[in-house]
Amino acid sequence: MDNFVKFINAAVLAGTPVLLGTLGEILTEKSGNLNLGVEGMMFMGAISGLAGAWFAEQWFNWSGVPAALIALLISFVAGAFGALMYAFLTVTLRANQNVTGLTLAIFGTGFGNFFGELLGKRAGGFVTVTAHTKDAFANLNFGPLSKIPVIGRLFFSYNWLVYFAVIVAIALHLFLKHTRRGLNLRSVGESPATADAAGINVNLYKYLATIIGGGICGIGGMYMTMVTTGGIWVHNTIRGYGWLAVALVIFATWSPARALYCGLIFGGLMMLRLYLPIPGVPQQIYDMLPYVATILVLIGMSIRQSKEYAQPKSSGLNYFREER
Amino acid sequence: MSDYASCEIKRPLVRMVRRPTASLLHRAIVYFIALIGALLTGALLIFILGHNPLDVYVSMVQGTFGRAISFNETIKVAVPLLVTGMAVAMAFRMRFWNIGAEGQILIGGIASTAIVIYGQNIPQLPKLILMGLAAMLAAGLYAAIPALFKAKWDTNETLFTLMMNYIALQLILFLQYQKGWQKERTSFPIIRTFSPDARLPRVYGIHIGWIIALVLVILYFIYVKKTKHGYEVSVVGESVNTARYAGMNVGKVIIRTMFISGALAGLVGFIQTAGADGTLGEGTSGGMGYTAITVAWLSKMNSIAMVFVSFFIAMLDRGAKSIQTSHGIPASAAALLTGLILFFMLGSEFFINYKLVFRGRAYHG
Repeated sequence: MDNFVKFINAAVLAGTPVLLGTLGEILTEKSGNLNLGVEGMMFMGAISGLAGAWFAEQWFNWSGVPAALIALLISFVAGAFGALMYAFLTVTLRANQNVTGLTLAIFGTGFGNFFGELLGKRAGGFVTVTAHTKDAFANLNFGPLSKIPVIGRLFFSYNWLVYFAVIVAIALHLFLKHTRRGLNLRSVGESPATADAAGINVNLYKYLATIIGGGICGIGGMYMTMVTTGGIWVHNTIRGYGWLAVALVIFATWSPARALYCGLIFGGLMMLRLYLPIPGVPQQIYDMLPYVATILVLIGMSIRQSKEYAQPKSSGLNYFREER
Repeated sequence: MSDYASCEIKRPLVRMVRRPTASLLHRAIVYFIALIGALLTGALLIFILGHNPLDVYVSMVQGTFGRAISFNETIKVAVPLLVTGMAVAMAFRMRFWNIGAEGQILIGGIASTAIVIYGQNIPQLPKLILMGLAAMLAAGLYAAIPALFKAKWDTNETLFTLMMNYIALQLILFLQYQKGWQKERTSFPIIRTFSPDARLPRVYGIHIGWIIALVLVILYFIYVKKTKHGYEVSVVGESVNTARYAGMNVGKVIIRTMFISGALAGLVGFIQTAGADGTLGEGTSGGMGYTAITVAWLSKMNSIAMVFVSFFIAMLDRGAKSIQTSHGIPASAAALLTGLILFFMLGSEFFINYKLVFRGRAYHG
């Protein structure tokens, strides 16, 4: 039982950055924009969040919670900025979505590593935030709640970004399923021409969903620098988590609510080898599992031709009113 | 009159009108302006970092052309990019988004390494040929898997091929620990170095990958423009229904073309392992599969244009490495600058495909 609790804890901690990237990408894809630049936006958020916290400490002597909030804000802005470039190119300038998204991935990776190295130089060797700020990203203590046996450790023992991600997922689910604007957004993603005819401002929805989605991806990147590596810049910090997030979007079949437990499954698959080592099965087979599972979901969806579990119909295609 | 006036007010300030076909000159001018724009943006960044932009750009060019060795290094980067560009372009002509070149390169590398390891007694020439063929066959089959599902159930190929990259990557990480594959006398997970007879010979100081690439440029051009297969690919790309109506076996075309696309990417794996690196590793593809997609796109799937675009991106890569030593600017600037230039190029295409019509100016279309 103890091992099981530890396994779930590790799965949650590993799955959260992927979950955040996924939630951002789900919002983006719901508007019909298939932004393959998640990896890039996470890189941008990762370095900007760290830099934000570091400069807050250096310049204003803010550390701890204020520095953490600065990191949250700046990483959101950085991810949103990457997404803004994507939205401007694909929505206004009508560039191809796949090519633009991949370019964003290249650009963002360069952005992260470039400024990461530069910041390291400036800080004299490598960047690291103070212990006080690191504590702001440590696991929370809910007092008596955290002390309940098993339940306390299963639910009330994480850092605040985990709860933040869960709240974002629930909020996104409610927004998409139960609000008029959510319905509008979904209709933009399914059939922009119909949405346009109904008087919905297609471009505005596309821009907003993509930019906010990118910001959420940026926060996912910030999780990697502030929690996973403990407030230190490591070269290639994101190391493919952005692509894993794209995989999780498919695995969760474009639903923020399903992303919650699918994210846990992904986190579990990533940690499985440490807790359930099968003799003869190497680590790499375990690491392959999330991608294999995603491919199986993709194939299953196409064979069943399911409408409910499918990608938003216009995803990947640009909408031009003049050419409908 | 008043009716006409109120009508005027409702007309938007700017309208976008599709331009039927842009001349080559128009295209060149637009790309040139975009390039200047990107370089200026880069210059601004360099300036903010406290360097002289002109100085940095000059060292970048010197780092590419300055000495014979640096020019050779540039070619070494351009060759795999060019061949991968052709690989993905082959599929793009069919509107099949092969984002899996990255993984196909790795699979090609694995196959040629397998020949090196298990065929140590084969003489050099047949061994090299066998390595190339094995790489093409393995990667071709690997690429045919998503094509098969696309043909049968219309499974999304963008996401499918993307996922396959990481499976190939894990396969390499796995092989790094295997007996026979892992380098002797070390506990590091590194794959052994190729013996000299498994390396590509050199011509003019560069491994013959550049000759293979140039031959492929011509073959690609002929295949795409002059053969029945190439024509079928274009028709399927234009409209699957038209292709069906014309009696083409669309599924067959998709699978065949993806096999060729994957085989070309696999050949890159062979060129990289036997030519440039002399070993196999997770860096064998090094993001090339993604960069090649923009190379193919900006070249409009034209293999001759790809020669120039891939050389240009290789120049950026080399140039960025040289400013790291000369100015202490991190080499990751290469990806940053490449991304920036590609963004500008992608955005500029709008001004090739569309023209803006301003209110008040008469337009009779």
